[in-house]
Amino acid sequence: MTTRIDRVFASAKAANRPVLAAYVMGGDPDLATGQAIMNALPQAGADIIELGLPFSDPMADGVAIQMGGQRALAAGQTLRGVLGMVEEFRRKDETTPIVLMGYYNPIYVFGVEKFLATAKEAGVDGLIIVDLPAEEDAELCIPALKAGINFIRLTTPTTDDARLPVVLENTSGFVYYVSMNGTTGAVIKSRAAVGESVQRIKAHTELPVIVGFGIKTADDAAEMGRHADGIAVGTVIVDAVAKSLVDGKASDRTVGAVRDLVADLAAGLKRARA
Amino acid sequence: MDGINSLRNGPDEHGRFGLYGGRFVAETLMPLILDLEKEYRAAKVDPEYVAELKNLATHYTGRPSPLYFAERLTEHLGGAKVWFKREELNHTGSHKINNCLGQILLAKRMGKTRIIAETGAGQHGVATATVCAKFDLPCTIFMGATDVERQMPNVLRMKMLGAEVRPVTAGAGTLKDAMNEALRDWVTNVDSTYYLIGTAAGPHPYPEMVRDFQSVIGTELKEQFREREGKLPDAVVACVGGGSNAIGTFHAFLDDPEVAIYGAEAGGHGVDIENGHAASMTGGRPGVLHGNRTYLLQDDDGQILEGHSISAGLDYPGVGPEHSYLHDTKRVTYAPITDTEALEAFQLCTKMEGIIPALESAHGLAQVMKLAPTMAKDQSVVLCLSGRGDKDVESVGKYLGLLK
Ligand SMILES: Cc1ncc(COP(=O)(O)O)c(C=O)c1O
Repeated sequence: MTTRIDRVFASAKAANRPVLAAYVMGGDPDLATGQAIMNALPQAGADIIELGLPFSDPMADGVAIQMGGQRALAAGQTLRGVLGMVEEFRRKDETTPIVLMGYYNPIYVFGVEKFLATAKEAGVDGLIIVDLPAEEDAELCIPALKAGINFIRLTTPTTDDARLPVVLENTSGFVYYVSMNGTTGAVIKSRAAVGESVQRIKAHTELPVIVGFGIKTADDAAEMGRHADGIAVGTVIVDAVAKSLVDGKASDRTVGAVRDLVADLAAGLKRARA
Repeated sequence: MDGINSLRNGPDEHGRFGLYGGRFVAETLMPLILDLEKEYRAAKVDPEYVAELKNLATHYTGRPSPLYFAERLTEHLGGAKVWFKREELNHTGSHKINNCLGQILLAKRMGKTRIIAETGAGQHGVATATVCAKFDLPCTIFMGATDVERQMPNVLRMKMLGAEVRPVTAGAGTLKDAMNEALRDWVTNVDSTYYLIGTAAGPHPYPEMVRDFQSVIGTELKEQFREREGKLPDAVVACVGGGSNAIGTFHAFLDDPEVAIYGAEAGGHGVDIENGHAASMTGGRPGVLHGNRTYLLQDDDGQILEGHSISAGLDYPGVGPEHSYLHDTKRVTYAPITDTEALEAFQLCTKMEGIIPALESAHGLAQVMKLAPTMAKDQSVVLCLSGRGDKDVESVGKYLGLLK
């Protein structure tokens, strides 16, 4: 059975272009605007949507995404609310893969089985759960695979060749390479090293590899896209939401600001293989 | 030594105490905590490491800490004999140094060149800054902005010891937020940096390791009490923040069913008041935060609450995973103590015994004050007096209206 994720990577490969995964925080800056932002992403050029699950204690995130999560929570967002966003999105878009990205506790408290059933039903394709390493696969990864949802693992510069097989064992969909040791939004120190690392991962897996963390501009997108099957961009998008706010509230520029930025990144990415 | 049915066998090879514990961390940190576990297993059985730690405990910390019979308090309470295990007499003024010495030697073995730590009351920050001064390692201490204010004497001590103190303004500016920020720093500087966690919580192997370093409290206490009274105490009591002084006190007694064990949680304004307390076992439910599964204060959506306690060291919405296990198995009774009860105990101890306890330890004493009168005069209850209250005199003075 091919999945939405498989199909996106296959068609990008056929067209010799890397995919763009755009991260937005689900329900930032408010529930209605958050939905409008999500709905606008495919047209703006996003191939995959990473939908952030807000959490009170985002230990792996930099300030921008921390603030985005706080705005969503202050607006009343919940895990069920994010699943509702997916359902709403799917009414009009049956093809764009949606990957939920966040932390385990809200899912654990919701109940793993109930969460997986609801997420599958809503049209979720994959999960990236930052605080579930391979050592905790029994918690959510294995049940997710059984439920037909990809569990996408982060690999990092500290994941060496000895460890990669452990990390990749139950990974499916694609592999997400974190370009640096750091939180979201930090700066990539060595771009050349990123390319080498992607090659190193590819020696261990057939899965597509995308690179994320630290990609901020169209030029970054062009350069990083050269090294991988795709890139993921988050912090600058959440920042664009923040900058568009007036008195802390969404303005008539908010959705447009995200749309323009994603279009710009997508245009940069097109140059990657030129 | 411990049999199949021992409560002292945890954690298992996955770092679990029953349902609790585990390794819920980002992949970036995973190789490092696996390394740390390996290093710790090797160090534990390395006679050189063991001897160095023992030597430091004796000549630097001042161990063994005395077991003291609190005569006037005993008379006042009119029941069981009350004893203090005097961890407040340790160098730096609390039990925290026991753990810091053990971990700094590990950091050295691992070749780490920078230390980070979180702190609530500042006692762990001070103990960390102290061992970093002694072993000539740079250190950065993360401390909630609220706590920086209410524990100013300790902030000054840390700075004088050469530490960088980073106030954390996120959230309520307390211990949970400091821990988040320390974890972010660790992910960023994982190659050079050792995270010296201050309590028996976090990802495996920290809860086990910190417990082992603090278990000296209960082991000494058991022996000292036997020497003095020729038996086991009838009850032991400790305050529970993350739970390091408590598990250190309890561990030696877990397989002695005749010893009742009590942990005093921070009841704040009262456990019925949402977000008004930090009693994670009395008022929370299991969840995953900061690397482990444990009892947490959280809302229905799994968002973590800030909690409240008058005591910065107990103001944390979680607890070490071994306590969650001991709570479920009912081996230990965890009871909430309110801010007001702790303040009363603080004053009573100061006036009757001439010992100014830390506000954290005063929670334990308040539990003793409830317990002792219900026990017979030939029975004994031992409190782990985890720290001294010098750091608290200003904020207690404010509460009592002695300061404007
Ligand atoms: C004196 C004292 N006791 C107790 C605690 C609580 O920590 P734990 O529960 O890990 O012993 C602290 C923490 O700052 C402390 O300073």
